Amino acid sequence: MKILVPIKRVVDYNVKVRPKSDESGVDLNNVKMAMNPFCEIAVEEAVRLKEAGKAEEIVAVTIGESSSQEQLRTALALGADRAILVETDVQAEPLGISKLLKAIVDKESPDLIILGKQAIDGDNNQTGQMLGALTGFSQATFASEVNLEGDNLSVTREIDGGLQTLSINLPAIVTTDLRLNEPRYASLPNIMKAKSKPLDVIPASDLGIDIAPRLETLKVSLPAEREAGVIVETVDELIDKLKNEAKVIS
Amino acid sequence: MTALVVAEHNNKELKPVTLNTVTAACELEQDVHILVAGHGCASVAEQAAKISGASKVLLVEAEAYENFLAENVASLISNISGDYDFILAPTTTNGKNVMPRVAALQDVSQISDISAIESNDTFQRPIYAGNCIATVKTSDIKKIITVRTTAFDPADATSGSAEIITLEEINDAGISKFLKEEIAESDRPELTAAEVIISGGRGMQNGENFSLLEGIADKLGAAIGASRAAVDSGFVPNDYQVGQTGKIVAPDLYIAVGISGAIQHLAGMKDSKVIVAINKDEDAPIFQVADYGLVADLFEAMPELESKI
Repeated sequence: MKILVPIKRVVDYNVKVRPKSDESGVDLNNVKMAMNPFCEIAVEEAVRLKEAGKAEEIVAVTIGESSSQEQLRTALALGADRAILVETDVQAEPLGISKLLKAIVDKESPDLIILGKQAIDGDNNQTGQMLGALTGFSQATFASEVNLEGDNLSVTREIDGGLQTLSINLPAIVTTDLRLNEPRYASLPNIMKAKSKPLDVIPASDLGIDIAPRLETLKVSLPAEREAGVIVETVDELIDKLKNEAKVIS
Repeated sequence: MTALVVAEHNNKELKPVTLNTVTAACELEQDVHILVAGHGCASVAEQAAKISGASKVLLVEAEAYENFLAENVASLISNISGDYDFILAPTTTNGKNVMPRVAALQDVSQISDISAIESNDTFQRPIYAGNCIATVKTSDIKKIITVRTTAFDPADATSGSAEIITLEEINDAGISKFLKEEIAESDRPELTAAEVIISGGRGMQNGENFSLLEGIADKLGAAIGASRAAVDSGFVPNDYQVGQTGKIVAPDLYIAVGISGAIQHLAGMKDSKVIVAINKDEDAPIFQVADYGLVADLFEAMPELESKI
């Protein structure tokens, strides 16, 4: 089995981002970049399937600027066998990204595609599902457990109110939720080895796909701030405030 | 033209988030239809017909839709989308699962989790876990949208009289199958629909101590929630989680107990009307968003609160 793992370079999750002063976008000057956390979980799951003898090859792919090679090298250090960068300066939306990924799927013919449920920058939560539509593959989003059973995949999904288990046919798309696994750290020897693993760069323009954004960001601003209220001294005072001032309990 | 709202339901009951989604749809279009896709869900269509603002309810019943499998439901919505210039669903796990698939089938760039409507093509939505709000304008003719339901009031669920139309439109891709579902049973209200929520964090120390919240929840008719720290520590199941990666809630009263107030938690509850924080660490960030803060040991404060309310 061949697994394709699309990943994304995003602002490190520890960084608190702020809008630019002219509100034209998010201020990304000198911020630390990293692999999207949900993508790390996707790489880890693919590596575990390979370690369990259920997959032969893992191909990591990303769409973005040349700097995204850094995150592909991380994926290679974590256990991916080779990597593909579809290089573009366009800030493609999930729709455009899925179209480019579809072209890679056509080239690579993976049996399974594992990707993060969302990227922590745009929080769109769209790419996996859109790729499902474009390829016609089955999908199981928000996975917390994945088991390969012959030509089927049994996937437990985190849904509102509990868990749901689906059986989906291969080829399939799985998007990862937080509890699927705990990603490993890349060891130094594996980081060194990753440097010599193959990483192909394909200019997005060579694929002849229209990825022009449909959405224009007019403004990025801070959310309305909540002001800190008062500190009460006792439980009695708290109950009094809730009853008589806020009037939220009776 | 018309807006279509995809109803959220469990084949028996219409979920309240549908009402907030209808409100968003009514801000965009005069004429709003509601799609009820499922199996054995005629009673849901009757409930949907009473929503004020909707003129038609489309009822589509087939086994293929019973568990809202994305492949089947997305094809259904895509096939009937021709008459609509807006298609909206709540940002639930169902909405998130199905709508991008519809959008790609229609070659539309979906607008996820809108928190405000500025005009028919311009919307606000949270990005970076709610740390920023983006205002985006779409050039797509058809708009496919998921709605942050806490940002919109619920439509009236009793005064409408929409016409129910039954559609025969069966799409069974046959590539996915429902095996089972484990839904936590509880007499308490659902987190996303509760008027009062009491949540525990890492400060609860273990799962047993959540019983300290139960008595208060019973007295207030509250739902019980938790921070990601409490869920990751194994105190309570994942479906308790309030936060960017859990449920987004906005009750009238939110009581945070032993929760420090990580950004990821605040993103899920800071639109609550009144926030109470109870924490022994007076420097906890949760106090910066709380209307009422009580610096106290929760193991003393909780029993006292329970006995006095």
